[in-house]
Amino acid sequence: MSTSVSERKESASNPFQPPQSARGIQRQFNNGCLIVFATLFALLAVGVLIYLLFYVILNGIRYINLDFFLNLPTPNGEPGGGMGPAIQGTIILVGLASLIGIPLGIFTAIYLSEFGRGRLANVVRSLVDLLTGVPTIIFGLFAWVLIVVPQQTFSGFSGGVALGIIMIPIVARTTEDVLLLVPREQREASLALGGTEARTTLRVVIPAALSGIVTGIVLAMARVAGETAPLLMTAFGTTFRNTSIFEPMDALTLRIYNFTLSPYQLQVNQAYAGALVLILLILITSFTVRWFTGGFRRRF
Amino acid sequence: MAFTVQHLDAWYGHKQALFDINLSVEPQTVTAMIGPSGCGKSTFVRCLNRMHEEVPDARVKGTVLVDGFDIYARSIKPRHVREHIGMVFQQPNVIPTRSIFDNVAMGPRINGAAHGSALRELVESSLRQAALWDEVKDKLDAPATDLSGGQQQRLCIARAVANKPQILLMDEPCSALDPISTLQVEELIDQLKESYTIIIVTHNMSQAGRVADRTVFFLLGKLIEEAETKELFSHPHKKETEDYISGRFG
Amino acid sequence: MQEQVAVTDERGVIGRSLDRITTRFGRKPTDLVFRGITLLLVFIVIAIVIGVAVVLVVYSWPTIKAFGLSFLTNSAFDPVHNTFGVAPAIFGTLYTSAFAMVFAIPIGVLAAIFVVDFCPRPLRIPLAFFTDLLAAIPSVIIGLFGFLLLAPWLQQKGEPWLQQHLGFLPFFQGPIQGVGMLAAGMVLTIMVLPLIIAVSREVMLTVPTAQREAMLALGATRWEVIRYAVLPFSRVGIIGGIILALGRALGETMAVTMVIGNQASQPSLSLFQTGYTLSSVIANQFGEATPGIFLSAVIEAGLIVFIITLITNILARGLISSMQSRGAKGVRV
Repeated sequence: MSTSVSERKESASNPFQPPQSARGIQRQFNNGCLIVFATLFALLAVGVLIYLLFYVILNGIRYINLDFFLNLPTPNGEPGGGMGPAIQGTIILVGLASLIGIPLGIFTAIYLSEFGRGRLANVVRSLVDLLTGVPTIIFGLFAWVLIVVPQQTFSGFSGGVALGIIMIPIVARTTEDVLLLVPREQREASLALGGTEARTTLRVVIPAALSGIVTGIVLAMARVAGETAPLLMTAFGTTFRNTSIFEPMDALTLRIYNFTLSPYQLQVNQAYAGALVLILLILITSFTVRWFTGGFRRRF
Repeated sequence: MAFTVQHLDAWYGHKQALFDINLSVEPQTVTAMIGPSGCGKSTFVRCLNRMHEEVPDARVKGTVLVDGFDIYARSIKPRHVREHIGMVFQQPNVIPTRSIFDNVAMGPRINGAAHGSALRELVESSLRQAALWDEVKDKLDAPATDLSGGQQQRLCIARAVANKPQILLMDEPCSALDPISTLQVEELIDQLKESYTIIIVTHNMSQAGRVADRTVFFLLGKLIEEAETKELFSHPHKKETEDYISGRFG
Repeated sequence: MQEQVAVTDERGVIGRSLDRITTRFGRKPTDLVFRGITLLLVFIVIAIVIGVAVVLVVYSWPTIKAFGLSFLTNSAFDPVHNTFGVAPAIFGTLYTSAFAMVFAIPIGVLAAIFVVDFCPRPLRIPLAFFTDLLAAIPSVIIGLFGFLLLAPWLQQKGEPWLQQHLGFLPFFQGPIQGVGMLAAGMVLTIMVLPLIIAVSREVMLTVPTAQREAMLALGATRWEVIRYAVLPFSRVGIIGGIILALGRALGETMAVTMVIGNQASQPSLSLFQTGYTLSSVIANQFGEATPGIFLSAVIEAGLIVFIITLITNILARGLISSMQSRGAKGVRV
C-alpha cells in the first residue's frame, strides 16, 4: 500500500503526527524546561568564571610593572610598592613544600602500585584519600602547634611543612594512577632480565610514567601556590624582605589577602595585580598540563 | 503496517554505511536481514525507527514510507516514530533500577496510554504475548535484574509490545541467549507476527530459515538480494548471496 | 625470584614484614634498601595523618575538659571572660553551607546534564576546561572577588532589591551590610559548583548507552531518558559528589572569611546578617590566642572541622565506591 514519495497525507490521519494531547503538551513542556535550565545553568557556571577572570585581569593589569615584581610593599599604601618578597616567598615555600611532598608522595604511590598488597595497602590508600578531604587550614594548625608555638616565631619553614603535607596526597594519587597504567609486561621483562625491584621501578616503570608524574607534581605545586589558610598561622607574612626561612615569610596569597582587606586603595590595586599573577600561574599550568596530557583531544 | 524504503543512504560521519537501499515489506510478515559482520544490516534496521541519528555525527538520507507516511519528513519527531516502531536490542537492556512491572509499563506510562487497572491489564497481556507471564506473575514487583538472560530478553519484548507498536524491529535478539531461550524467542516471533510486522536481524542463517517469511541479504552496505526465504536459500540469484550462504565467507 | 604475588594472611604487619625480609635473604641488598626506604616513607605519611588527628585532640584537651559539650552551645569566643563557645560559628558554617548546597546542587547537576547530553561536540572540551579551571581558582581570589565586587554590589543593589521585593520572608530582613551570610553563601556556591559538575559529569558518562537506547526506543523525550535511565543509574554517585562538595563547603576558609563579616549578630534567619564560621574563627583568632584555654579553644574548633569533614569524606567515598562495585567506571575526585 505504498504511495509515491511526493504524496504525503496530511496530519489529520498521520499516526506519526498525533494531535496535541494534554499529556503530549506536558511532556514537551517538561522536556523544554530541562533544555532551558540545563543550558542556562551551564552558561551560568561558565559565565561566572569568565566574569571573574575578566574582572581580575582588567583590574590587575594596570598595576603590573617592574616595580611590582621587585619592590617591597610600601607602608600605608604609598606609591611604588610591589610584591617582590611575596612572589619570592611563594617560590621558596613551594620549593620547601616540594622537598616534603614529592618524595613522600611518589614513594607512597610506588608502595601502593608496586608493592602494597592486602590490608596495609588498603589502609594507606584510605588514609591518603582522607587526607585530600581535610581543609587545608587544619594542616596549618598542625604546623602551628608543632613548630610555630614551641619556637615562638612564625616561619617560612613551618609554612613549607604545612604545604608539603598538602602536596603528599595530590602527588601520591596522580603518580599512582600513572604507575598503574604502565603495562605489567614491562616490569616482568625487566625482572626476567635479572633486574632488581629497585632497578625495575626506578629505571623502567617510573621513566615510562614520567610525564604523568611530572604533570601531577606540577599540578600539586600550582595548587599549593594558591593556598592561603595554612600560611596564615605558619609563614604569617611580612612586609620586609625575606631573610631566613626560620622567620616569618611573605607569600603571594597572603599579600593578596592582606591587601584586599586594606583601607588603602593603592594596596587594593596591588591586590588585583597579585591576583592577576596568581591567576596567570593557574591558567598557564592548567593549559599546559592539559596540552601535554592530550586533555584537549579527549573524547567524551 | 506495511512499509517501503526508498533510496536510503546512511553515514557515520564521513563514512557511508548504507548505499541506496530499496525495500518493501508487507504487513504481518517476518523479514530477516542477514549478512556478514559490518554489512550494514543493523544500521539499516536502526534507520527504520530513527535510532541511527542518535549517534553523534550520524546522517540519513532517503525516504521510509510507513503506511504511506514518510517518517523522515521534517515535521515528524523521531519519538513519535518510535511509538509505532518498537525495538528489541541485542543485549537485553532492562532498566535495572526498576521492577518487572515497571519495565513493561514504562512505555505506556511515559506516553500516558494507560493508567491504573488498564495499565495492569496491558502489562499482563504484553507479558503473555512475550510468553513470560506465567514465570513472573507472582513477582511483578521484583527487580528486573532478578531474571535470567533469556527472561530479560523476553521482558524487553514485552516492554516493546506494551507500547502497542505496529512494527517490531529485533536486532540480533538471540545472540546473547542460550539455545533454549533462543528457541523460546523464536516461537514467540511466530506468534507475534500475527499482530506485528517483524524485522529481525540475524547472523544465524538457520534462524532466518526457521522464523522468516522473506529474507534480505546485505553486503558492504548494499542490499544484494531479497526473496522468499526458501527461495533465497535454495536458489539464490546473486553470486555473493550464494557465496555467503554456502559459507565461502562469513 | 619472582615474588610479585604476596599472599595476604592473617598475621599482622610485623609478621608479614619479617616474612618478607627473611624470604628475601638471598635477594640483592638493593631491593631490601629500596623496600626499606619505601616503607619508611609510607610510615612517615601514616604517622603524619595520625599525627594530625592526635595533635588536634591533645591540644584541644584543655578546652574539652573545661567546657565539654557546652563548647558547642556557648555563644561567644570571649577571652576576656574566659568562656569559649562555637555555637554561632557552627550556625554560620551550617547556614552558609546549606545555602551553597541549595543552589549548587541544581545548578551543578543540570549543568552536568548539559555537558553530557546537549552540548554540541565542539564545545565539549572548552567547557570541560572551563569547569576544571573554575575548580582550580584559589579561594583567596574568589574572596577578593567577593569582597571587592560582590559585597559592595549586594550592599548597594542586590540586598536592597531583595528586601524591597521579598522582605516579608525572614531571609531578607534586617540591616543591610553587604558582607554577611548571603555573600558567604554565594561565594561558597562558586567554590563548590565545579566539584558537583565534575562528579556528576563523570558519573553520568558511565551510564551505558544501552540504557538510554532502551528509553529512546520507547519514544521517550530527552528529559524522560534522563529521568528514567540516566539519573536513577547515577543517583548514588551524584549523591556522593554532593556530599564531597558539602565537605568542602564546611571546611572552606579564605573566601568565606573575607565576606562573612566576622562579627557576631543575633542569630536569625536573615541572610543579611554577619557572622562567622568555624574556619573563619580559626583564621581570625589564632593570632590572639594565648597559650592555654584560648589556644586550645582555637584548636578545638579545628578538631570539629576535622571531624565533620572526615565524616562527610568517608560517607561520600563509601557511596562512590558502592557505585564502582556495581560496575561503573572508577570515579576519582
